[in-house]
Amino acid sequence: MTSLPQHSAPPQRSARPTLAVWKFASCDGCQLSLLDLEDALLTLAEVVEIAEFHEATSRNVAGPYDLSLVEGSVTTEHDAERIQEIRRASRTLVTIGACATAGGIQALRNFADAGEFARTVYPTPGYIASLATSTPISAHVQVDFELSGCPVNKDELLEVIQAFLVGRRPGIATTSVCMECKRRGTVCLTVARGIPCLGPVTRGGCGAICPAYDRGCYGCFGPMESPNTAALVRRLRRDGMAERDVHRVFQTFNAAAPAFRSVVDRSTFRSEDADVR
Amino acid sequence: MSAERRVLRTDYLARVEGEGALFVECDGDVVTKVELRIFEPPRFFEALLRGRSCFEAPDITARICGICPVAYQTSAVNAVESLAGVDVPESIHHLRRLLYCGEWIESHALHVYLLHAPDFLGYPDAITLARDYPDIVQRGLQLKAAGNHLMRVLGGREIHPINVRVGGFYRVPSASELRALRPELEQAREIAVETVRWVSGFSFPERVFEGALVALHQPDSYAIERGRIRSDTGLDIDASRYDDYFEEEQVGHSTALHSRLRGAGRYLCGPLARYSLNYRQLSPLAKECAREAGLGEVCRDVFRSIVVRSVELVYACDEALRLIDIYERPEIPAVPVVVRPGTGHGVSEAPRGLLYHRYRLDGDGTILDAEIVPPTAQNQAAIEGDVHDVVVRYRDLDDEQLRHLCEQAIRNYDPCISCATHFLRLEVNRR
Ligand code: SF4
Ligand code: SF4
Repeated sequence: MTSLPQHSAPPQRSARPTLAVWKFASCDGCQLSLLDLEDALLTLAEVVEIAEFHEATSRNVAGPYDLSLVEGSVTTEHDAERIQEIRRASRTLVTIGACATAGGIQALRNFADAGEFARTVYPTPGYIASLATSTPISAHVQVDFELSGCPVNKDELLEVIQAFLVGRRPGIATTSVCMECKRRGTVCLTVARGIPCLGPVTRGGCGAICPAYDRGCYGCFGPMESPNTAALVRRLRRDGMAERDVHRVFQTFNAAAPAFRSVVDRSTFRSEDADVR
Repeated sequence: MSAERRVLRTDYLARVEGEGALFVECDGDVVTKVELRIFEPPRFFEALLRGRSCFEAPDITARICGICPVAYQTSAVNAVESLAGVDVPESIHHLRRLLYCGEWIESHALHVYLLHAPDFLGYPDAITLARDYPDIVQRGLQLKAAGNHLMRVLGGREIHPINVRVGGFYRVPSASELRALRPELEQAREIAVETVRWVSGFSFPERVFEGALVALHQPDSYAIERGRIRSDTGLDIDASRYDDYFEEEQVGHSTALHSRLRGAGRYLCGPLARYSLNYRQLSPLAKECAREAGLGEVCRDVFRSIVVRSVELVYACDEALRLIDIYERPEIPAVPVVVRPGTGHGVSEAPRGLLYHRYRLDGDGTILDAEIVPPTAQNQAAIEGDVHDVVVRYRDLDDEQLRHLCEQAIRNYDPCISCATHFLRLEVNRR
């Protein structure tokens, strides 16, 4: 055994604000962003008391919590109840990521009115009753702030935490990926090379990564504020995107976000057509 | 003599990815039940992949797990490319391997420093550990950051990289972009060497895994991004034969489905298996570290997985540096891939072990059905077997200590329950 002592101090409540991290149906990627804040992690842990964060610690402190970060969507009845309890125990509740904010890719089940998604499904073993829908946290409780992204940008996450700890509104981008391309000096892929790109309707915040890697944005940060999706869809078609692919690209990680969903709803395309191919 | 019933339970396993619980029941000295219970809600990836384009598979399946997205992306592209009969140029393979090294470094450093070491040292987490040993935790974070940085440069970001596509990449980096990573990776390699020394000084409970070891193998490199599936019991197959040799079954003492290797039964995949099957392919420095740490050429000692993981950290840093040195920018970032109807199989070595994908496609590349078998699902039987053995061997410990030891045994596998979940077999109840 090494010479390190056994740690035995019992968990205590301290005067620091408490931070809790909760997981619902998700890939763990958004909460991992917190652990990916390598430079700030230990400082953050001094400023706040991490009261609940299963992925990182076996220690937990009872609520109430000053700030709760919620990852993942609601897909079980048990989770629908759990989010109510968490809301009651949290002074401020912030959703992190596309799953918690828009239902995530697992919300694709919401669209299928036939097929295996739209049934009650029980996995064996364990008999976990799964709901026919995957819904964002805001469908269940009042949410104080929603941070989009699949995954969230870790610097935005840090900004959100800092802002709520001192009681101000977070300074988070609401404009499109296009604005970030301009700032970054990336030549517009669509204009220059006719590459289809969701940048004009997608909230910035990622730093316009994809266009900088010669790839059209695929919308993982979800819709920006009041996007003009109709105009973009016309443009995507003009740039040679097949109707089916237009639907596919809007039906991904933010499929249930109203602005992206409306693209599919507006169209004559029926999702069943894809299923029976 | 009346046997005494003893129950150990952990309702929410901490420091693992995803949501799981442990339940152990003993009747006197007999362990009557060991269950690694998974209660994380399934997200039905196999179902939602149906009707999607195979070119979307890398991005969609990445979202199964935020800790090993590159593994999903790599197995997915391998599956589609193998069906299309496309072999990408060696330089593309190298870049994939380099990106994968970044993921190994990030994921292994996360596990060793933040999730597992606190068990050996009696701390609830790395943050508390950092109060007493700030330098040690800082160094772990620095190592982890080096892996993340590599992923950011090559993949665009560390979680769910955007740069991977069927056929190659969207944009390939210049040699100077990669060379700029050298100093940080050299430092990371030094930290990794120190890490091996540090963890090999821990004290290890005893438990030897007796089943088969399964890992990918390549003759000339430590298999990561491709390879044939091998076992120490003589298996040596292409990914396309996976279904012929691996099967799932329901086992009495557990409610979970367990993967079995036909003819060999229980097996494990992950660092111990990789190391034991591919020791020869490690770099000289990694071998030297292993020797210094007292590891033989085969390691079945499950509590020493943290040492093996650390040796793999040395290897991943070493290999990343080598790949950067020999890098020649591919002429085109991706080769065209023309799909055809049929079934494609793809494998790669996720940080936690073998990750298998199978897709059946129609003529235009639409996915008709998909099967994905993640390492944690394969390791579930081995994990439960270990917990069983630990309870028998250490039954004289009090409940609190024994439960802690069981949890530590589970963390030997760095289980990723987010990955394992969607693999649960589903019973559909129409109503
Ligand atoms: S939003 Fe994306 S990254 Fe975040 S938990 Fe959901 S799937 Fe993972
Ligand atoms: S898909 Fe769009 S929002 Fe997501 S990382 Fe790429 S550019 Fe950013």
